[in-house]
Amino acid sequence: MDFLVVQFLTGLAGASSLFLVASGLSIIFGVTRIVNFAHGAFYMLGAYAAYSLTERWEGALGFWGGIVAAAIGVAAVGALVEVTLLRRIYRAPELFQLLATFGVTLVVQDLSIILWGPEDLVGRRAPGFRSSISILGQQVPSYDLFLIALGPLVLGLIWLLFHRTRFGVLVRAATQDRDMVAALGVNQRWLFTGVFALGVFLAALGGALQLPRDAVSHTMDLRIIVEVFVVVVIGGLGSVAGAYVAALIVAELNAFGILVLPQVSLVLVFAVMAIVLVVRPYGLFGRPEGPPRTGTAGLIRPWRPFSGGERIAVAVGLVAAAALPLVGGSYLLSVGAEIAIFCLFAASLQLLMSAGGIASFGHAAYFGLGSYGAALAAKTLGWPLPAALAAGAALGTAGAALFGWFCVRLSGVYFAMLTLAFAQIAWSIAFQWTSVTGGDNGILGIWPPPWAGSPAAFYWIALALAAGGIAALRVIAFSPFGYALRAVRDSALKAEAVGISRRAVQWTAFVVAGGFAALAGALFAYLKGSVFPDNLAIPLSVDGLVMVLLGGVETVTGAVVGAVLFRALTIVLMSYTDYSKLVLGLLVVVLVVAFPKGVVGSLQGLRPPWRRAAAPPVAVPAR
Amino acid sequence: MKLAVSDLRAWYGPAQILFDVALDVGPGEVVALLGRNGAGKSTTFKAIVGLVERRGRVAFEGRDLGAAETHAIARAGLGYVPEERRIFTELTVAENLEVGRQAPRPGAPTWEPETLYRLFPNLSEMRNRPGGRMSGGEQQMLTIARTLMGNPSLVLLDEPSEGLAPKIVEEMATAILAMKREGLSLLISEQNLHFAKLISDRAVILERGRVRFAGTMAELEADETVRDSFLAM
Amino acid sequence: MSAPLLQVEHLSKSYGGVQAVRDVSFTLRAGEILALIGPNGAGKSTCFNMLNGQVRRDSGRVLIGGRDTAGLSPRRVWALGVGRTFQITATFASMSVRENVQVGCLSHQGALGRLAGYAGARAREEAEALLALVGMEDAAERPCGELAYGDLKRLELAVALSNAPGLLLMDEPTAGMAPADRVDLMRLVAAIARERRIGILFTEHDMDVVFEHADRVMVLDRGRLIAEGAPEAVRRDPLVQRTYLGEGLLYEKGAA
Repeated sequence: MDFLVVQFLTGLAGASSLFLVASGLSIIFGVTRIVNFAHGAFYMLGAYAAYSLTERWEGALGFWGGIVAAAIGVAAVGALVEVTLLRRIYRAPELFQLLATFGVTLVVQDLSIILWGPEDLVGRRAPGFRSSISILGQQVPSYDLFLIALGPLVLGLIWLLFHRTRFGVLVRAATQDRDMVAALGVNQRWLFTGVFALGVFLAALGGALQLPRDAVSHTMDLRIIVEVFVVVVIGGLGSVAGAYVAALIVAELNAFGILVLPQVSLVLVFAVMAIVLVVRPYGLFGRPEGPPRTGTAGLIRPWRPFSGGERIAVAVGLVAAAALPLVGGSYLLSVGAEIAIFCLFAASLQLLMSAGGIASFGHAAYFGLGSYGAALAAKTLGWPLPAALAAGAALGTAGAALFGWFCVRLSGVYFAMLTLAFAQIAWSIAFQWTSVTGGDNGILGIWPPPWAGSPAAFYWIALALAAGGIAALRVIAFSPFGYALRAVRDSALKAEAVGISRRAVQWTAFVVAGGFAALAGALFAYLKGSVFPDNLAIPLSVDGLVMVLLGGVETVTGAVVGAVLFRALTIVLMSYTDYSKLVLGLLVVVLVVAFPKGVVGSLQGLRPPWRRAAAPPVAVPAR
Repeated sequence: MKLAVSDLRAWYGPAQILFDVALDVGPGEVVALLGRNGAGKSTTFKAIVGLVERRGRVAFEGRDLGAAETHAIARAGLGYVPEERRIFTELTVAENLEVGRQAPRPGAPTWEPETLYRLFPNLSEMRNRPGGRMSGGEQQMLTIARTLMGNPSLVLLDEPSEGLAPKIVEEMATAILAMKREGLSLLISEQNLHFAKLISDRAVILERGRVRFAGTMAELEADETVRDSFLAM
Repeated sequence: MSAPLLQVEHLSKSYGGVQAVRDVSFTLRAGEILALIGPNGAGKSTCFNMLNGQVRRDSGRVLIGGRDTAGLSPRRVWALGVGRTFQITATFASMSVRENVQVGCLSHQGALGRLAGYAGARAREEAEALLALVGMEDAAERPCGELAYGDLKRLELAVALSNAPGLLLMDEPTAGMAPADRVDLMRLVAAIARERRIGILFTEHDMDVVFEHADRVMVLDRGRLIAEGAPEAVRRDPLVQRTYLGEGLLYEKGAA
């Protein structure tokens, strides 16, 4: 009993940091409508900056001054990011904004390694809070009690700021209607910068305050962002009070989950989130979002199947690709197989994004499930290559069916965040369940049998399956089901009024896309001979998004072109630099800023007519 | 001229909505902007205040605001009351007014919450009520009051009578005439010719994004062809 | 006598303490054209949205062909043979005109679940017949996004007819159209309704349209039905004149 009380208090202390970060994310989203993926990066920067300052400055004043100075300094960095980057893309589709802040996250990850090194750093204990206090015979760190008090204090301060100051009233007004606030003479620019800096301040403060509790590491950004996404999804985006309640729920689930089911504590949190979302699709305190900024006012050309000439061109291209073993060596063939696999992966995501209008931020989950399914079937069960590939595809399809069932209940950014959260769950299972997956060491030695073992043979297998899969995806896009999917995207209201179920249609698309992604992942396992948790990590999901955007989100299968370009580019980059995340992140940021109206929208005039078949600029779906 | 608009063009995405619209409003004058649904009245207002993509000249008190940003236009003393009312439903009446507050400006009537509560007596009884819990007519009053808090010298009023019971519309007409007496200039879009007649000095008629008629209310009254072909009331 | 096509009994709905629709009852028979008019905010749209399942009702019953629609989603109501057009046109902007209608036809045939076979080649004749019915056969190949507003309204009508409905709900079918187009569209609607014995319920602000085409008119004010009857009787009703048509200050006398 006493132990439970202490565990409860530990949970409360954890809730405070979570609340700080989540409230910042919520405030930023409320006003700017940007889901700031970089929020975890700012949290991490806050912790690193606090470490450096508190190591340099001595005494209690040095410590607390360092914490606050770190938060202010990071907030200034955040303001700089807002002014130089986000300001340019407020009118862009939501997908681009998420992508841009993801680019920032990648850049910060490599920069933090450059600045602070790859090792975990252990900071000072908080002066005045080094002792423990005995509660019911159990020792509770006094710093935990400080954190417990801080949460409600910050909540109260935020409430006062929003209800008792002009700035706060303007922020609340802008949360509801930005244009109207501008029409009343308020310069939104500085309001946005102020709000963004405030949100980043809260995130960085949350990070800095973790210093006495936990080591600072360069993986803490992704760890916290997933938890924070869960918190704001449960609490409701844009609601500060909701963020507090949800932070309490999540932190207590974490605290007690470890006692009850240590292996699956994360799953417990997600199960609760799933229940909340099924009952309240906008979270406990959230409200329905306004319609997404898609702007379909433009003239849109209906999609057409390939004409005879185009079919010949595609056939010629395929024959040329199949002839690669005649000229290329084994390295080139392995690169070729990898590109073919990623073409299939990107094309499967494109079915969701282009025809479906829903952007999955966790599509790698199904790719990775495919990899693990194939690897386990081959290694543990000793299945032959075709059966193992089928097992991989089946595992990914099952995963997509399960996760997708929850995801399609949501729309817009909630959908994107939930797909990401599920991918992170899949990742942590692969990472933690070492007895089955080998954890960080992965599963090694998955080689194709001799008949498929030569580089040329495997290349042909990969090419054939990828081409077949992409062709199937294209057929689906033009099938009656594909039309239903597009109907839902174009107007969910109208689709429902002609008897189409949005959820059923989107769920089917999600499962189909997941299945093809899993096939790609299964092939990838055999290509590399090994599987690691990286196969379902967030960066791979983002690679998929970039490939689709590069190829053209309004095309049927343009992602194939995007995948060829992007994969070839990254393979080249990887061989030249150790800081691939830095380069990739900058690339994403530049891409988004250079083409705020969508990459292909900007390039359309340069492309041949057969590629101009168009659908609306779609980011995330309407409700 | 208080406001002189010329060659105003506007777009929604690639679709052009306005074609070389020209109109002006003299000091203390009330001008009605008439036309059917979809004629471009609301777009004209949004183009003037920079809420849609636009080109052209918008001379306000001699300054060209044709390329200025929305908040700068409001700060110059040009108030805008949108058609959909767009009050902040989460904010109280008093907070809604606070959002609109700007410093007094020479040459324009100055408004304080107390003077506005006298102009719209309904509002004074519900200062702490959230905007979302007001009737349509009360919301319409609030959105006008909120714009007046910026002490504008010219107000664009988009379809103030839309969806209101005739009794409330008459109160609205009284309030508009009171604003005019204070020295305010107004440009009011309207579909209801009878309401327009009650309050306006001149009229401009739009059809498919083009100006089809500009003249006094008396001239419009006399011109049956114009009324029948562009208004169809 | 068989059950009326549409029977509404004591329908009510409130939003956050505001009664949007209170105790509305009426019936509609096959082949009849019924207009629902009233000031903005009177509850017309709420009423409509409850009929097709988009908004859940607080109390009351809606029977379509004698069947209670309680708890049915819009797509289930569609399956009962109810077509719907929207105040602000809703079409599938990324498709051609014919493809828009094809989606409706394929849905009616229950064929939208198929993952293979080019949908553009299916239900083509049905779609073209419907387009011919609304006079748009020449525009079949055009992208929906480049249609003029009046054409979009006609396309919506064709899509709404794609499940051979017995009941058509039309929310301001002529809003935003030029006067001549309004008359044409409503004549078309009326002819189709009489020929196919479709019952039509529509809301409208244009009194010319209402009084020329409706068999009966209902007037809604602040959520309550204040009058119902033949157009001429409703027009002369003093309560209707006071609350909606006006006393002449704001509306044309007689012409209303």
